[in-house]
Amino acid sequence: MSAKPHAAVLVHGLHKSFGKLEVLRGIDLELAEHEVVCLIGASGSGKSTLLRCVNLLEPVDAGRIVLHGEEVTSRGVDVNRVRRGIGIVFQSFNLFPHMSVLRNITLGPRKALGLSRIEAEDRANELLARFGLSDKRDEYPDRLSGGQQQRVAIVRALAMQPALLLLDEVTSALDPELVAEVLEVIRELAAEGMTMLIATHEMSFARDVAHRVCFLDGGVILEQGPPEQIFGAPQEPRTQQFLQRIVQAGRL
Amino acid sequence: MLIVRSPGWAVVKQRFFDREQFEKSFPDITSAFWLNVKIFLVAEVLILILALGIAVVRSLPGPVFFPLRALTIVYVDLFRGVPAILVIIILGLGVPGLFANAEPDDLKVNPILWGSVGLVLLYSAYVAEVYRAGIESVHPSQSAAARSLGLTHGQSLRSVVIPQALRRVIPPLLNDFIGLQKDTALVGLLGVVEAFRQSQIEVAAAFNYTPYICTAILFILLTIPLARFTDWLVARDRRRQQAGRLV
Repeated sequence: MSAKPHAAVLVHGLHKSFGKLEVLRGIDLELAEHEVVCLIGASGSGKSTLLRCVNLLEPVDAGRIVLHGEEVTSRGVDVNRVRRGIGIVFQSFNLFPHMSVLRNITLGPRKALGLSRIEAEDRANELLARFGLSDKRDEYPDRLSGGQQQRVAIVRALAMQPALLLLDEVTSALDPELVAEVLEVIRELAAEGMTMLIATHEMSFARDVAHRVCFLDGGVILEQGPPEQIFGAPQEPRTQQFLQRIVQAGRL
Repeated sequence: MLIVRSPGWAVVKQRFFDREQFEKSFPDITSAFWLNVKIFLVAEVLILILALGIAVVRSLPGPVFFPLRALTIVYVDLFRGVPAILVIIILGLGVPGLFANAEPDDLKVNPILWGSVGLVLLYSAYVAEVYRAGIESVHPSQSAAARSLGLTHGQSLRSVVIPQALRRVIPPLLNDFIGLQKDTALVGLLGVVEAFRQSQIEVAAAFNYTPYICTAILFILLTIPLARFTDWLVARDRRRQQAGRLV
């Protein structure tokens, strides 16, 4: 592959339309190993679509996605194998309601990685203990609070031991008092060096945790840079406008 | 009250609710009824399997599977469109003719077999549609979550989508199974002496309709436990998954 072999993620010229609506119009993005990149931007700017494309949940119209040197958008790539190496956490948790917490977490390792039940459960128990969820392992998702559900969803993604974690507005569906516990988990992961691409509306969180912040507008990355620069001295008028509104809403 | 006071009640009572006749025909009809139960049980298992296969094929994505999907659509249209009584008669009286020269006579003259095949084909079409509705009612985010873990389409269907779909369609499935229980009486048209045919025979012999009532009671007795069982099944699931929510 011609691409830089060290990039964890390399997105080049990515286009994606839904019918006549062009959501992504040429995204170029690179993530180094252990880098945490936050995507900010208004609703509909293409943050979620970008994450779904990287995970191959949406077929791309044009452009390339290269993960650890492998072009995953080329024909004949085994999408299941690629997805096994990428964790994604959704805004609405998407836990499996008919399975206990433990089964939610062990499903992927058992079915996709071929681990035995014992191995998968050991791994799950370890992660649950780490995130203070051990007492919830036999509960069903609907019996948990939103924050607990989202933490379980993060554990479910981590149980696959992914090289890359995608977080799609993981706190947007939570009550304000539950946001902190989820962000705390993500901070921990960032501190451990997990490579993460995070779409978020939590600006102060982005400022704390991100190595780099990308502002998406109209399907392109309009501006990117270290958080101090984006939040402190944004260059583009659109970025300034967006952040101005966030400040007015009292979210920064 | 209205019924009991009507002028014809005495005659109706004697024709339909004759105690002596009831006691006389009940044992025979009950033993004939066992055949209905057997046909029902075997057919139900086959229907559950066949219909699920049809529903899964119909949910396969992509243009590659179009011919298979089209086939299932034709099948469902056909067997839902033709009246049940005709399917049974065509299969039961027509198909054995195809095996006119077959050597063990099993295939040639086995109205129980062909009647049951007819029921399986008929009800699989209905049940496949119930399954399909269930599969489509599971939100796409569920299979997205499963696929994002690296599960294949098949694994996602088996572990995530179908289990949730099944739980949702238990009540409508029950509807179809009660329909099936009752339609086992159609096999009687092929000359099989099941409960309904047996009661016809007794009615003709005694010129009294009480045996029909007898058969009706037996069918009701069979469906009630099944209905309570599914109620229990649905309630147990709710209790397990949901936190003290009144639904």
